[in-house]
Amino acid sequence: MSTRRYRRKEYWNRPTMSLWERVYLFEIVRGLSITGGVFLGNMWRWMTGRKGALTTYYPEETRADYAAANRGKHILTRRPDGRPQCIACNMCATVCPAKVIEIEAAFDPDDTAHPKYPARFEIDYSRCIFCGLCVEACPEDAIRMLKEVPNLPGHDRQRMWITRDELLNWNPHSDVAKPYPAATGPEKPRGPT
Amino acid sequence: MIQDLVIYALFIAYALAVLLVFGLVLTWVERKQAAIMSDRIGANRAYLRIPFTQVKLVWWGLFHGMADGMKMLLKEDFKPRTHDWYAYAVAPWVVFTPVLLVFGVIPFGGTLVPGQLGSSLAEWYGDKSYPMQIARLDAGLLMVFAFGGMTTIGAMLAGWSSANKFSLLGALRAGSQMISYELVMGLTLLGLILIYGTLDLGAVVQQQSGVVLGFLPAWGIVYQPFAAILFLTAAMAENKRIPFDLPEAESELIAGYFTEYSAMKMGLFMFAEFIEIAIIAALFTTLFLGGYNLPFMTDAGFVFPGGHVVAMSHGLVVVTQMVVFLAKVFLMCSFQILVRWSLPRFRYDQVLHFAWKFLFPLTLVNLVVTTVAVWAIRGGGA
Repeated sequence: MSTRRYRRKEYWNRPTMSLWERVYLFEIVRGLSITGGVFLGNMWRWMTGRKGALTTYYPEETRADYAAANRGKHILTRRPDGRPQCIACNMCATVCPAKVIEIEAAFDPDDTAHPKYPARFEIDYSRCIFCGLCVEACPEDAIRMLKEVPNLPGHDRQRMWITRDELLNWNPHSDVAKPYPAATGPEKPRGPT
Repeated sequence: MIQDLVIYALFIAYALAVLLVFGLVLTWVERKQAAIMSDRIGANRAYLRIPFTQVKLVWWGLFHGMADGMKMLLKEDFKPRTHDWYAYAVAPWVVFTPVLLVFGVIPFGGTLVPGQLGSSLAEWYGDKSYPMQIARLDAGLLMVFAFGGMTTIGAMLAGWSSANKFSLLGALRAGSQMISYELVMGLTLLGLILIYGTLDLGAVVQQQSGVVLGFLPAWGIVYQPFAAILFLTAAMAENKRIPFDLPEAESELIAGYFTEYSAMKMGLFMFAEFIEIAIIAALFTTLFLGGYNLPFMTDAGFVFPGGHVVAMSHGLVVVTQMVVFLAKVFLMCSFQILVRWSLPRFRYDQVLHFAWKFLFPLTLVNLVVTTVAVWAIRGGGA
């Protein structure tokens, strides 16, 4: 049995406090003046009509520093005559890892160049992971993701589906990279329905 | 007789309204102030829609308190299988009621002379005058401590009867902490009682209406700055808020002694805590900040040292005094919230060390110095 006295281990960086710090009250006052100063500064900003915080009000405001290549809300591009560029090939729906794209193809005998078109094209935003694979898979430059994300939040998941018409219309783009031969056959005015 | 009844019914209604509104508004102030202190915006989404219109009143999120209250009323009232359901049910009220009662002895305004407010009142009231205080007790301060001590019982009851180990630990912490700090709180005020020579809070405030050394208001904080700091510290520890929130330390004890409480029973604990902030602020204002007094203000208006006099009607004086009192109370509440969001929580042993080895000796020193000074000023041994 050892008779050595127990000695508390000494560390090289033992915290030391001066008497001023150990009196405690002055350090408390210092801390309170820091937080109180921040409070008064921010309060002054609020009262003079500025925003006293860095926060953006999410659905109403868009952050100014969104990246130009931000993958936001989808659009479907249009042909020059206004019909969807999409040929309902289901490539995007196939590659989609979250399986959120649902396409119902339809047949249009009058459009001899591309008779297949999407009657329904819907994306479930409650499950979309915004990976951008649908955009990369598209052979026709028909689906794109824009930088903005307007009206994304919703109160129930049934209303989180975006329909073909909204995809075509919320921010219409018709500058497709792959131009189309004009439809042959009799002229028939058709736009996005 | 009936005149007195009307006046006191008004006083009681006013006191209750002030306390409940403070309790509600402080929940909002706390969130908002904490948010602004930390560069955030804070709760601002709850709104009231005016029926049949699309006008939404947001008012800086002021309705979040209402939404919270609604939520607490509508939630399931969970009851644990406890052996002592009576104590379990009664505990929130034992915490809540004394907090309201304490306000009964605090003066929230000067003297009201209803006869001077209008001719019709004059013939009914004559020249009767009422100090604006629900109960003018000779032992006012003692009543404050008596009822303040009862909240300890409530916390202990809640912890015991919940049949939960976390609750029990929280209750034990609450008991030891509150009893320790109550002692400190009482001793800090002894010096003040020596100076004023009375326990009646109305008389205490009246003695603070003058001016010392020509410019300083004769407030308690000028006579006893040391006691003011100690009292505020002990009072915040009494209220079990950060940095003294050991009894409900959520990272250690879930919610401490009210872990097993849900819905409005839990709401009562929270509400009592917020009202107690206002009560502490009101007590501090009464004892150390001159209550409803402003420097150079008398019952007839302002009398500045240069001989300049601003006369005010009696009604205006009464309203000013009430507003001054409320403003001081609100500032003190805000200060408590500032402390709550600035300081980290004590370790458990540190809390009791702080009470018994730091605050307690300091209060004794303060008391001795005050006693000697008062003795010397009043003529020594002669």
